[in-house]
Order: sequence, then C-alpha cells, then structure tokens
Amino acid sequence: MRVGFFVTCLVDLMRPSIAFAAIRLLESGGAQVLVPPTQTCCGQPGYNSGDRSGAKALAAKVVSEFEECEYLVAPSGSCSGMIKTHYADLFRDDPELLSRASALGAKTYELTDFLVNVLKLDRVPGGFSGRVTYHDSCAGLREMGVKQQPRALLARNADVTLIEMPDCETCCGFGGTFSIKYGEISTRMADNKCQQIVDTGADAVVLGDLGCILNIEGRLRRRGDMKTKVMHIAEVLAGDSSESGARG
Amino acid sequence: MHFKERAHASLGDAQLQQNLKKFKTKFVTTRREALTELDDVEGTREAAGAIRQRALDDLDAWLELFETNATARGAVVLWADTPADVNRHVIDIARRHGSNKIIKSKSMVSEESALDHALESAGLTVVETDLGEYILQINDYEPPSHIIGPALHKNKAEVAELFAAKHGTSRKSEISDMCLEARKVLRSHYLSADMGISGGNFFVAETGSVVLVTNECNATLTTTLPKVHVAISGIEKVVPTLEDVATLMRLLPRSATGQSISNYVDILTGVKGEGEFHGAEHMYFILVDAGRARVLGSEVKEALRCIRCGACMNHCPVYQNIGGHSYGWVYPGPIGSILTPSYIGLENAPDLPQASTMCNQCGVVCPVKIPLPDLQRKLREEEFRRELRPWSERFGLRAWSWLASRPSLFALATRIGARALKVLGGRERLIHRLPLGGGWTDGRDMPAPAGRTFRDLYARRGSGR
Repeated sequence: MRVGFFVTCLVDLMRPSIAFAAIRLLESGGAQVLVPPTQTCCGQPGYNSGDRSGAKALAAKVVSEFEECEYLVAPSGSCSGMIKTHYADLFRDDPELLSRASALGAKTYELTDFLVNVLKLDRVPGGFSGRVTYHDSCAGLREMGVKQQPRALLARNADVTLIEMPDCETCCGFGGTFSIKYGEISTRMADNKCQQIVDTGADAVVLGDLGCILNIEGRLRRRGDMKTKVMHIAEVLAGDSSESGARG
Repeated sequence: MHFKERAHASLGDAQLQQNLKKFKTKFVTTRREALTELDDVEGTREAAGAIRQRALDDLDAWLELFETNATARGAVVLWADTPADVNRHVIDIARRHGSNKIIKSKSMVSEESALDHALESAGLTVVETDLGEYILQINDYEPPSHIIGPALHKNKAEVAELFAAKHGTSRKSEISDMCLEARKVLRSHYLSADMGISGGNFFVAETGSVVLVTNECNATLTTTLPKVHVAISGIEKVVPTLEDVATLMRLLPRSATGQSISNYVDILTGVKGEGEFHGAEHMYFILVDAGRARVLGSEVKEALRCIRCGACMNHCPVYQNIGGHSYGWVYPGPIGSILTPSYIGLENAPDLPQASTMCNQCGVVCPVKIPLPDLQRKLREEEFRRELRPWSERFGLRAWSWLASRPSLFALATRIGARALKVLGGRERLIHRLPLGGGWTDGRDMPAPAGRTFRDLYARRGSGR
C-alpha cells in the first residue's frame, strides 16, 4: 500500500519530530510511505484569507504531487480537511482539475483516521505513560470526523490515562492568521483552553494539529506553566526516536 | 471605535466577562438537551434548510402570493426599499390613524432603521415591551447585544439598579419582583397605546399571516389591544406554507432557548372580522428590503435562510469572549459577520468576516444549515479582490504562494527560517518576542523549532540508508 505522506509546511518548519513519528506509525501498520520531495503548503493560508488564485496554484501543485499515490495522509485535520473538503470549491470552474482534486480528496485521510479505519492498527509502539487530555482540533473534528479515532489509539496504550476536559471541542483560538490579526481575542481563547487543560491535572494535552499545539503551548508557557506537555498524537503513539530530532 | 478596540474593551470588562461566562454554558446546554427530543435532528435540519432555500429561490413569487392573501384578509402590504422607508411608512400610518402612543414588541429589523429614534423625533411616544428591549430602552437606548436576548450582557444587579433609578422604586433583589415591577409599568402602556408594532418571525404566503414567536405574551398584547397593528420584517422571512412553519418551529425554539416550544406562538391573519372579538382593526405589513435583494443575488445568499435563533452566536467561541457589542451593528456573531457587511457595506465592517477562527461550530448548530464559515470566506475573497485589506497582508499572502510554488527556494527559505527561529528561542526554546509577530507574542510565547526542517532531516535519513 503506497501512502503519500503530506508533511504540512508547519511540521516541516516547526516540529519535524511529528512527521517522523507519523511515518513510523504508518510503517508499523504495513504502509509503504512516500514523501514527495517538492511538497510545500496545501494553500490554506491563502484560501482562508481570500487569496483564491494563490491557493489554487498551491492546490494544483498538491494534486499533481499526490494523485499517483493510493492514499494521501497528513498529520493534521486542518490540512487534510483543506484537501478533502475545500479543493473542490477552488476548482469549481475548472472541470479537469475538479475531477482530479475530487479523486485525491476521496483518498485523503487525517492520520489517526487512517491508522484506525484503513490500516486498522491494533498495536501502537509508543512508550508514553501518564495522564493526558485530548483537544479536538476544529477541522479534524468538524471537517474530517475525527473524534473517536485518536481516543481509540490512546486506549491501546495501557500506560496512558485519558481525562476529558468539558470543552474539548471548543476552538483553542488559533485559526491560522486569526491568531496574529486578532491576537488579543485569540490569546483569550487559548487561555480558556489552557485553564481547562490545567484543571484536568493531566501531564500532557494531546492533539492532532500543530497550529493548535503552538497556540496552546505558547499560552501555557507564557502563563508560566513549564511542565504541562503539549504533544501531537503521533508523538505519543510512536514514542521517541533519536533520528527524529524530537523535542524533549 | 473599531472592532478591535471594542473587543479590547469587552475583554477587559470584568463584569461583562462574568455575565458572558454564565450565558455561554446556559444556552449551549439547553439547546443540546432540547434537541434530544427530536427523532432525527439532521433530517429536520435538512428539511428546514430546504424550506428556507425553496422560499428564497422564488422569493418574488412567494412575496406576491403573500401580498395577495394578506390583502384579501384586509391587511395593507407596504414595501420598504431602504431603512428610511420603514420609518417613513410607520410615521405615515401613525398620522393616518391619529396614533400618538405606540407599543412595540421585539423587532431586530426596526433596529436597522433606528425606528424608535425616528418615531420620537416625529413627536410620537414609543415603549418597548419585550423585557430585554425595555431594559435597554430605559438605559438610554443601549444597543442590543444579542438577537434573541438583547440585554444578555447585563446581570441581575445591573438591572435592579436601573429599575430603581428609572422607576423611582426600591431596589429589588429577586428577578420575579423585577418582572412584576416591569409588568406593572408595561400594563398601563398596553392599555393606553393606540398602535402596536411587532416584528415577524415568518410571513406565510398561502395564508397572508404573520407568525410571532415569543415568551412574554408581550407580542400578543401589542398586536391585539391597540386598534392598529404594524408588523415589520425582512422580505426574506416569507415561507410558502403553514406546514413549513410547523417544521421550522421544531427547530427554532429548541435552537434558540432550548425550549420545545416558546411560551407563545401567535399566528395573525387579517384584521378583526365582523363578530370577532380579538385583533387589530387595521393591519399593516412592512416588508423590508434594505439590502436583502442584493444579498439574494450575491455569493452569500444562503445567509438569508436565517431564522434568527441565535444558536450561531451562542456557540461561537469568539462571541462568547467578546460579546455582541463588539460587532458594532444590529446583528452580532457569525450571522452578523455576514449580514452586517452585506447590509452596510463591506468597507464599513472589514473586520467582521475576518474575526473568526472558522472553527465551524456555528455551521454545525445552524438549524437551517447556513455554511457560515464558507460565507465568511466569500467575503474575505471580496475584501482581497477589492484591496480592503492592508497592503502588508496582501503582500505577505502573495509572497507566501510565490515562495511555496518554488520548492527549492522554499526549502532554502525554511532552512534559514528554522535556524533563525531556533536562535531566537535561545536555551529555553521559547520565543518571547517575534519580529512582525507581535499579534502572537503579546500574549503567548512561540515554541521554537529544533533548527532543522523535516525536509533536511529526511533527506539525511534517506542518504544514510
């Protein structure tokens, strides 16, 4: 099974360990992982900021880079959601690209959804132990239907205890460029999220999108909380690896 | 004041923040519980959205049918192209019937034209009878902050102070006592008014009726005690049949206040007939365009499906934190972020479509399935096209897509970026101040990267094998 891995530009730049962890998980499930080397960005920043033509150019690039793969998997609900649920809108006036983008969309998966529903991974290699709480990132939850999948995977690690927070489905306030354009509102939303995380007493908050990770971790640290870990689900499931350059 | 300044003020208002916190949990919980009573929530939403869309698809035809049927029952249908036309019509009606004192039940559309001010300027007396609207009126016409709970931003103590000051009574501490006090004041107005104004939740084309959904009986009194009744609402509020209303009513109160049904549902059809005991002798409908026809032909036309339940704002994490006043005009929250720019001009509300994380919590609770984030994005596209965004933002976006279209250059730029960010992060691996990123680092640190991009590390891994 040839799986095209979409790294996402944010993971590429900010936290490569997530991509290495995701690849290890995919490989442990028997997938042959391909990483198209020319990939960059899915086009979401431009798309959500009104720059349709910029977004279109990047979307067309992703389509041509990944359409030969059997699947496209991304360690992000947001980027996979962009490809699966929004490319069709971008190419609504271009029948040829529309059909190619729709074909790609149909085989595009968020990582945990793919691990559970396609690879049917029944064992996870991770060595994390402790109490965690799970934050449902908006696009993963509401565009990709990711809710039970990460919880099912966490449950396969006996050393992990999940403690839910009441508003786990409420947006953390990231919202891409929103986090910079409306920093004060975004910070307040992140702060509310941090309070809920801290109230659970968890050792780590786990989630599936790096944008939200940076936002939540950034606010936790500014609040002076240096101990609550903010981890991508792939990092928790795959455990640490020296080759990944993973953060401690 | 602009959006950001108003939001800043709201975020710093401790009392408001406390009031908002209370409001947030209440409406979200009650809606969720009320929807469990339906066998098929998604199917009902689908049906409700289709009903509203069917009405909009042939709006002109349904409006004509409504006019024919309403006229046949003795009502007069008037059309208002602009907000100013609304005020002119109402003042004309008042003069024609010699009305001096007007009671009014809730109408958000009348806020669009600041009707109360226009009536007072014309020498008429107007009294708001919806308790929330009444509270705002006696507080020097404070603007509403929510479409169904206009005074939601106020707490019990604030209202108690206001009543004591304005009514000249002793300060009450129980809500029930405050309600009794308001009732006593309002009852005398009902009995002395000679004209009643209401909004209209739905106009029913097949019967020429207006449907009013309320909880305080004030709409019933307002529309049946005075001899003249004027119902004002947007042209988009027409629905083909009473059967359609029945379907929409399965969702409206549940989505709004979490009630299975509102305390009162008035369906008013025509003037008081011979031998009939209840109803106004003269009935007018003012159907308001004020930008709606333009929206109908635009990329955001689905916004006109809205049945004004308020669920989108109740569930919006931005609204929950900044409150309704931050949005600056009649309609706050996600639906306001579409309607306000559409009605008053995108150039006059450039922040509203942007001030959303697009989390789509609004979209999934909307009872008529308005794709709110998609509509916000359409308006963002228009802002980008019309160059309503700062040049730095437009330049940044263009530079990003230019760079990301060139993989080798992108790899080089990110390689440099990753190192630079690592250096900025120092030993703590936290960036406290990001150049050009103050919006982020004013309230948050930026976790610094490890210094090498995935691309670089992966290439090294590949060559090492």
